[in-house]
Amino acid sequence: MIVTHQAESAKAVTINACKLCSPLGACLAFRGIANSMTVLHGSQGCATYIRRYIISHFKEPMDIASSSFNESTAIFGGKDNLLTAIRNVAAQYHPEVIGVATTCLSETIGDDIGSYIREYSKTDSRHPELVAVTTPGYQGTHRDGFQEAIKAVCGLAGTGTPIDQVNLFPGFVSPADLRYLKEILNDFGLAFVMLPDYSETLDGPIWSEYMAIPPGGTPLSLIQSMGRSKASIELGRIINPKNSAAQSLNERCRVPGYSIGMSVGVRETDNLFEVLTQLSGHPIPDKYRQERERLIDSYIDGHKYLFGKKAVIYGEADLVVGLAGFLAEIGVIPILCASGEEHGRLAAALAEVAPDMSSPMHAYEGADFSAITIQAEKAKPDLIIGNSKGYAMARQLKVPLVRVGFPVHDRIDGARILHLGYRGTQQLFDRIVNGLMEQQQNLSPVGYSYI
Amino acid sequence: MQILEERKHQVFRKGSDRFEMECNKRSLAGAVSQRACVFCGSRVILYPIADAIHLVHGPIGCAAYTWDIRGSLSSGPELHRLSFSTDLSELDIIQGGETKLRRALRELIARYQPQAAFVYATCIVGLIGDDVAAVCAQISRETGIPVIAVESEGFKGTKKDGYRAACEALLKLIGTGTETADPGRSSNGCEYTLNILGDFNLAGEVWLISDYYRRMGIEVVATLTGDGRIDRIRAANRARLNLVQCAGSMIYLAQRMEELYGIPYQRVSYFGIEDMAESLYNAARFFGGSELLARTRELVREEIGAVYPRLLEYRKDLNGKKAAIYVGGGFKAFSLVKALRLLGMKTVLVGTQTGTTEDYRQLRDLCDPDTVIVDDSNPLELAEFLTESDVDLFIGGVKERPIAYKLGIGFCDHNHERKEALAGFSGMVNFAREVHSSVMSPVWRLAPRRNRRSREESNG
Repeated sequence: MIVTHQAESAKAVTINACKLCSPLGACLAFRGIANSMTVLHGSQGCATYIRRYIISHFKEPMDIASSSFNESTAIFGGKDNLLTAIRNVAAQYHPEVIGVATTCLSETIGDDIGSYIREYSKTDSRHPELVAVTTPGYQGTHRDGFQEAIKAVCGLAGTGTPIDQVNLFPGFVSPADLRYLKEILNDFGLAFVMLPDYSETLDGPIWSEYMAIPPGGTPLSLIQSMGRSKASIELGRIINPKNSAAQSLNERCRVPGYSIGMSVGVRETDNLFEVLTQLSGHPIPDKYRQERERLIDSYIDGHKYLFGKKAVIYGEADLVVGLAGFLAEIGVIPILCASGEEHGRLAAALAEVAPDMSSPMHAYEGADFSAITIQAEKAKPDLIIGNSKGYAMARQLKVPLVRVGFPVHDRIDGARILHLGYRGTQQLFDRIVNGLMEQQQNLSPVGYSYI
Repeated sequence: MQILEERKHQVFRKGSDRFEMECNKRSLAGAVSQRACVFCGSRVILYPIADAIHLVHGPIGCAAYTWDIRGSLSSGPELHRLSFSTDLSELDIIQGGETKLRRALRELIARYQPQAAFVYATCIVGLIGDDVAAVCAQISRETGIPVIAVESEGFKGTKKDGYRAACEALLKLIGTGTETADPGRSSNGCEYTLNILGDFNLAGEVWLISDYYRRMGIEVVATLTGDGRIDRIRAANRARLNLVQCAGSMIYLAQRMEELYGIPYQRVSYFGIEDMAESLYNAARFFGGSELLARTRELVREEIGAVYPRLLEYRKDLNGKKAAIYVGGGFKAFSLVKALRLLGMKTVLVGTQTGTTEDYRQLRDLCDPDTVIVDDSNPLELAEFLTESDVDLFIGGVKERPIAYKLGIGFCDHNHERKEALAGFSGMVNFAREVHSSVMSPVWRLAPRRNRRSREESNG
């Protein structure tokens, strides 16, 4: 049963936001392209703040150049600054691709970056591939910026002779998730192009010398071939059709798309494996059958700690829906499902993944942490699942916080948290049960070491 | 080393180059500057004022990225740890944000009962033409508390302009207190009174420093802005002396207070035992009196006596190690060079985001020959300098950390996000401990770059 809440449409103030701005999402997406750099077209601060925020989560270098607006740029337009920025980035970093994302500032003054980029291409014959994406910070959230950037990058793909490969759009997941997805597709024997792939660029090894651009990412040549793939798989039940990369490839290049949920929990992961079986013509490899059955075995071992427990979850709507489906299948009530996003699709998606839930689940769009905390106080949850920014609420309510998603600024493993597939679900499951057990121990006057 | 042509005058090597440092320049378009914007400058200065609402008027990013990110502690209210934004949407951009701003202020003031409200203008506000000052004046009349517009549109200058906008905001408060006691005397009659400017109470540092002054017999009127309170700031004009720690951000405020209220100022540094002691002595000398000076001497003797033997312990391991520094402002850099020297370490690279020509001149005089001095650097340059100079330690902020770590180099945070007190005499021990545990950790032995170095060394 879904109860829908909407932030007051006339809300005047956001207190402790549960969302970030769209340029951040674009920067993350561009980092998943091999040998690429990002230029943010706006004030210096946007690039610096976003860098700092991303670095604190991934603990990896994250270079973002800025076109460094000043007062005269804001009056006369940002063309010269942007062209200088591209030229300087090309000279210092030698990237194959430069992603240019706009900001509040450049959008409001009406800079047409598409035409600037075309002009740049004419002046420099050996220019890197340039991808422009419109990401005004006053529109949507970081999730929209991420999607828009992926869609814009897919614009580099053209039609041609079909290739026996599939496209995978994993959505905004962790580097560990991306590595696991690649492992799965490889084990199915599928040739694939995954976009973006920041599994190495944002969770890389130690280096022996400094690299301007970290190795890894989806190669440009493969991106260009995506229009010739036999299918696209896109994870996430709440993707806006307007910025769906799979949909745009379908429209432009006739690549059929499979839209499935974020693979958290047994059922949503089964959907992924079904699609992969279908596309590869191969049965599910034994390794994953075993992972699945081991996961269900552990569900049974842990069910008594979980049944009827109430959880508050928040974050990107796709992740929230994935988590809610998973919680529903282990007997935990996702009593409050909140996101800073506002698109009106959360409640319906929750109903899809948790059809049998008889207790009320509150779907809350456009939520900030002030509102989530007020709702959570009423809901009296046993645990909270979400990113680090819910820590103050967890501390106030004295319930465990199981950290997932982005940002994780108060633990070391942000880049390595696995959420997806049977293996990721197993890890989430273990962390959730352990969190509840630890809470039980902490609150017990006896302090059993055997529970 | 590949340095962009336009940046060549922002890098200087002591001993081999002629000194003609160009600084306070805008960052080059396309450079990955470690700097931020005007808004950032204002936000960091006013951030620790704990009984005020800090409302960011703009789209969500500016508020989201500055939510509870600094280690500034409060002894009471903690409004500064909340993030308030008018979260402007497309429609607001078209229709103007004044109505929303008005409603946001009314709502927040009713809910949190703050002593004042600061409204930060962001890039967008500068473009859509909201009259933030007029809205603030109206709400101030309505609610009876100061509501202050901070002119911090991101693109209207550099971070330094943001510092100035924050100082202007503070100046609107200073001198508006209702206390009627004699100027120059505190409410309990103490004749030695001062304000601490440019300390942000990271990990409780302003408490530590205030305690030294209390022991000397000096009363701290206002702390700007660490553990800041509106009523203390309003009364700041009643102190006899201003001490300016973070000069880059607060010297302007001190200069203006001298003009307006005749309060002289001294530059101080609370970092490192030499600078810490010197700062205390300077204040004592300012007020004069042999008793005050004797108490100060006693305090310094006691404190140094307590920490010095521990510092010598760390020095045994650290002697001869090399360090690089890249921090926000010049004064912090001077103190770090001296503090590292006390630990036996040599600084081979020092740079700042916002140093002045005078800062760089002083750095040149302070540093050893061959030290590289750099203004507004970027990751590629920094990485190259670090590799070239083969340092054991890099001191910087969050954005510099991965550069050091990827190269297998120890790193210490010296920015506003740290949670460890580094100021004062006891702070020096914390600093030494952190440097020691960063430099001496066995993990570097596994790093490929170090492996290579030790192989090269053993091959002669």
